[in-house]
Amino acid sequence: MDAKTGFFYLFSVVLLYAAFRVISARNPVHAVLYLILAFSQASGLWFLLQAEFLAIVLVLVYLGAVMVLFLFVVMMLDIDVEGMRQGFWKHFPLAATVGALIALEMAAVLMGGFRGVEEPKAVAAMVDAAGNPVPFSNAKALGALMYTRYLYPVEIAAVILLVAMIAAIALTLRSRKDSKAINPSKQIRVRAADRMQVVKMPATQKASETAPVEIAAEEKKA
Amino acid sequence: MTPTLGHFLTVGAMLFALAVIGIFLNRKNIIVLLMAIELMLLAVNMNFVAFSHYLGDMHGQVFVFFILTVAAAESAIGLAILVLLFRNKSNIDAQALDTLQG
Repeated sequence: MDAKTGFFYLFSVVLLYAAFRVISARNPVHAVLYLILAFSQASGLWFLLQAEFLAIVLVLVYLGAVMVLFLFVVMMLDIDVEGMRQGFWKHFPLAATVGALIALEMAAVLMGGFRGVEEPKAVAAMVDAAGNPVPFSNAKALGALMYTRYLYPVEIAAVILLVAMIAAIALTLRSRKDSKAINPSKQIRVRAADRMQVVKMPATQKASETAPVEIAAEEKKA
Repeated sequence: MTPTLGHFLTVGAMLFALAVIGIFLNRKNIIVLLMAIELMLLAVNMNFVAFSHYLGDMHGQVFVFFILTVAAAESAIGLAILVLLFRNKSNIDAQALDTLQG
């Protein structure tokens, strides 16, 4: 048993155990952490399959972004775990039967049909003009394919990501009614006429007849 | 016994079956349902990568790339809907989502 076989069984067993813990964990935070473990093991399996670029993308995009998103949401929500667990085992016999049936049938068919497909023979290394062997690069081959034959699908994928981003923002955005935030552009476009009103008034008021008498009385008292 | 194509496909099938069981068991908990869907997509991707390697065809890996894109978009929108749901109903019980019933 060489190293590759050992790593295959190690990654597979840990992957399946982590997947089982994801669906059976009591605490959703634990479920997310086991999901992270499952994805990292899958990444290891993809390394064994020499899909290095996709394995790294799985670690960066999935473990780095999507799982952290999951973790954020799980920690933000106040989840009633006990209420969620009610009736958890009610459908377990049916679920286990269906799952075991799927796994056994598919394993039987797949092992019967594809056990004979062995590791592909190492292709003859390409040689450059000077006669030095050019190492095969998985990322280079994938990129060459993606940016030539699959150029339009790649652009559609980019649009899908844009749509997802806009949808997520539009769904969760809410403006507060009681916010006292100022609008800077409105603020600098204000004119003096909006803030101050000049009221035209006559320069002097017509003096009343009684006033001078009162003043004279005051002076006399002093 | 060195791993052949059948071994990798079997791992994918078992992962898929586990995700199906998870959907059965966690009918109430939407967040675990989303995680089970992620596991299913991972199983599909595993099959694509395995076929791509053993049959020597790079196109399978390009497809995995697209599936990863769609899965990321799906989980982002799913989690946004989940946050919205929690804000309106203050729980994430799938059984409470019956307001569309006539």
